Amino acid sequence: MKPPFPFSAIVGQTEMKQAMLLTAIDPSIGGVLVFGDRGTGKSTAVRALAALLPPINAVKACPVNSASLSDCPAWANVTDNATHTIPTPVIDLPLGASEDRVTGALDIEKALTKGEKAFQPGLLAAANRGYLYIDEVNLLEDHIVDLLLDVAQSGENVIEREGLSIRHAARFVLVGSGNPEEGELRPQLLDRFGLSVDVASPTDIDERVEVIKRRDAFENDNAAFMLRWQAEDAALRDQILKARKTLTKLKTPESSLRDVAELCIKLGSDGLRGELTLLKAARAYAALRDDTALTRAHIRDVAPMALRHRLRRDPLDEAGSGTRVVRMVEDVLG
Amino acid sequence: MTPWGRAITALRLAELDPDGLGGIMLHAHSGPVRDAFLAQLPATLRRLHPGMGQDALTGGIDVAGSLAEGTLVRQRGTLDTANTTFVLGMAERTPPLMANAIATLLDQRRANIIIALDEHTEDEPPPPATLTDRIAFHVTLADQGLHDIEPVAQYGAPLPVNSVKVPDTVTETLVALAVTLGISSMRAPFLALTASRAHAALSGRECVTEDDVAVAAELVLAPRATQVPDLTEPDAEPPAPEPQSEATEPTNPSDPQLPDDILLAAIQTALPPDLLSRTGTNPNKNSAGSGAGQRRIGNRRGRPLPSRDTGVRGSDARVDLVATLRAAIPWQPLRKAAQSGRTGPIIHPTDLRYKRYEDLSDRLLIFAVDASGSAALARLAEAKGAVELLLAEAYARRDHVALISFRGNNAETLLPPTRSLVQTKRRLAELPGGGGTPLASGLQAGLETALAASRKGLSPVLVLLTDGRSNVALDGSANRQQAAADAETLARQIAHHRIDSIVIDTGKRPEPALRTLALSLRGQYTSLPRADAQALAKTVSATLDPS
Repeated sequence: MKPPFPFSAIVGQTEMKQAMLLTAIDPSIGGVLVFGDRGTGKSTAVRALAALLPPINAVKACPVNSASLSDCPAWANVTDNATHTIPTPVIDLPLGASEDRVTGALDIEKALTKGEKAFQPGLLAAANRGYLYIDEVNLLEDHIVDLLLDVAQSGENVIEREGLSIRHAARFVLVGSGNPEEGELRPQLLDRFGLSVDVASPTDIDERVEVIKRRDAFENDNAAFMLRWQAEDAALRDQILKARKTLTKLKTPESSLRDVAELCIKLGSDGLRGELTLLKAARAYAALRDDTALTRAHIRDVAPMALRHRLRRDPLDEAGSGTRVVRMVEDVLG
Repeated sequence: MTPWGRAITALRLAELDPDGLGGIMLHAHSGPVRDAFLAQLPATLRRLHPGMGQDALTGGIDVAGSLAEGTLVRQRGTLDTANTTFVLGMAERTPPLMANAIATLLDQRRANIIIALDEHTEDEPPPPATLTDRIAFHVTLADQGLHDIEPVAQYGAPLPVNSVKVPDTVTETLVALAVTLGISSMRAPFLALTASRAHAALSGRECVTEDDVAVAAELVLAPRATQVPDLTEPDAEPPAPEPQSEATEPTNPSDPQLPDDILLAAIQTALPPDLLSRTGTNPNKNSAGSGAGQRRIGNRRGRPLPSRDTGVRGSDARVDLVATLRAAIPWQPLRKAAQSGRTGPIIHPTDLRYKRYEDLSDRLLIFAVDASGSAALARLAEAKGAVELLLAEAYARRDHVALISFRGNNAETLLPPTRSLVQTKRRLAELPGGGGTPLASGLQAGLETALAASRKGLSPVLVLLTDGRSNVALDGSANRQQAAADAETLARQIAHHRIDSIVIDTGKRPEPALRTLALSLRGQYTSLPRADAQALAKTVSATLDPS
């Protein structure tokens, strides 16, 4: 199969790309929701991100990609300490996936042939320490959403079914994409996404032409095109790695915390998750720009994507909540 | 090009570059012309239909085979192939999950072609946009007869597709055209570019020319158009090409100067006739998900119920393994004695227990609003307010809503079933009042919408807001007696179809005729002589949720 389209070659869509980079720097931000029209490069960006991310070290025999032997779940019976380097897992959750497939279930083969009770890990296990991508997330069946809500929150997958009682780590960045015209997303699930971006088709003719040209070069002159963009992708990868280091040393002044809290109160966002996410996103953003301390400018830039989906939504409001956030940010942060 | 010519060209191009173009969305009704087209496809084609289960599409466990073999036997999904032509029948009924699976197949680029046969009629939604957006060619053979079939054009050996050069002006022209035609998806111009390249390769040209672009525009862009280009002002059309072509490629002599009005003329011939009536409304705004509708017991999705050995058992019913093993265990000593060679539990088909799920179907609230003169005088504004409050509630329950108004001598569907509340609100606000009360027409429109919705698996609820003075009959005549009789007949029909209904009397004082109507509807009757919108909304919620 062809390598995916290079991340750095995606034209425009700055906000979406930035949101994805922020989660790569700090996975605990909690995922990205991309809402927009068809054919705006939502899936392309996610696949590109998979190729861009730095590889991780994982225990070879571990079904949940644990970093060390002590992290491996007991039921997996891992004894071999050997590790290998694998690309950051980016797992697709197909809409039609059954509950068994998502959470993992009794291993039917072993049960049928040997009469053994063994666990067969599902998609959540495979996505541990990586990304879980759901295309058309708003069409996802309710009972699958219920499962995800719980796991995305706790970072742990608990299976109590078919006589099994098993748990394993499932910390992943949830990336969802969808077309709002086809249905709304439940507020509970919305809340689990750290960042939310709206994408639209570019309106500028030159930009559109550039999109088509690059796509065409990618399809028909693949080798040269990949060579051209590999260097830029590598530079971006280094930037992510560097930002992860910067993040640990980043200073967060008291005044920033007050700014964040004031903004969230004024906007009336439910719960405290808004504050936490905004703070984390702003810190990751500062790290991405290689700054040493968090400032107002950082908060101002990431506030829309961290808060837009957390407002109590008026279903009949046509303008959308993005504009409300921007207006309030101007009011509070000046 | 004639429609038949378009269909055949599209097929040849899709065969040449299946990865780039995906296939054909063929709008045609079953008949000799469609059969003649399908006869052009390779004999190895595989058929898909909207009722196929997830197991059949993407593979799963072969239960009967596994039991017979004593080991796990997997069956391959129909979609798990490469280099195959798929024919998807009744594409307009493709459920979202299946559309998603097919879209994934196309995105994998394994040289598969999808020929989606779209048979939707005017009052039905077109196939899911997930598919229409990815499949390059949209061709209609709906109004063609046998005499329209032409001999199939023969082409020489095609060139390799990626050896064909594309001048920059071509890219710019196609993008500009897409914008002119109001196509926002970026896939469309790219598919058009791929199609023009494939057409050049098919015709043995090393460089894409104006002809190729015209064909691509006709086959890919024109059917997607959402606005009609104004041909009287060709100068004002695609603004980009002329200055840019001079600036970027002045030295290339083979660079074709593309006259845009010719392209637009080519497109004009292929524009769908109902374009103007389609614009402004997105007919594809229905969606899946679960909601607060009726309960359906099935064996694939929803909340689990206890397993059973009887009941619905489709090919895709899932085996409840634990229950099955539990049923088989008592028999093991006997069976082991009979078949001493086998290890592991011996399971017979009679032991199988199947999972059952309870699924809630989506609910559709159909608002039939009386906008006649008498109602307008009484409380049209109040009724509007009540509908708005109900809409907010519908959002919380994720119900679908549809809006019908009746006034003068007929009823009008202002909004087909949708979840877009913003649209509903806008249409409602624009609703004018005045004229007679064609109650029967309103009921008829409500019934039709309800039936169409229940065919799609929604549970419809009809909410009728009227003051009840029906004075216009079904045929439009102002005959009070006939009007009442017509309304009565339709009410009985609605009751016969078991459609839930609520009658809200918006008159100044309770109208006895409406109470009778509610009885015929077997629905709830609510009279709210001095109610405000809030109270009205509460009544409906209480009726919907008896708990």
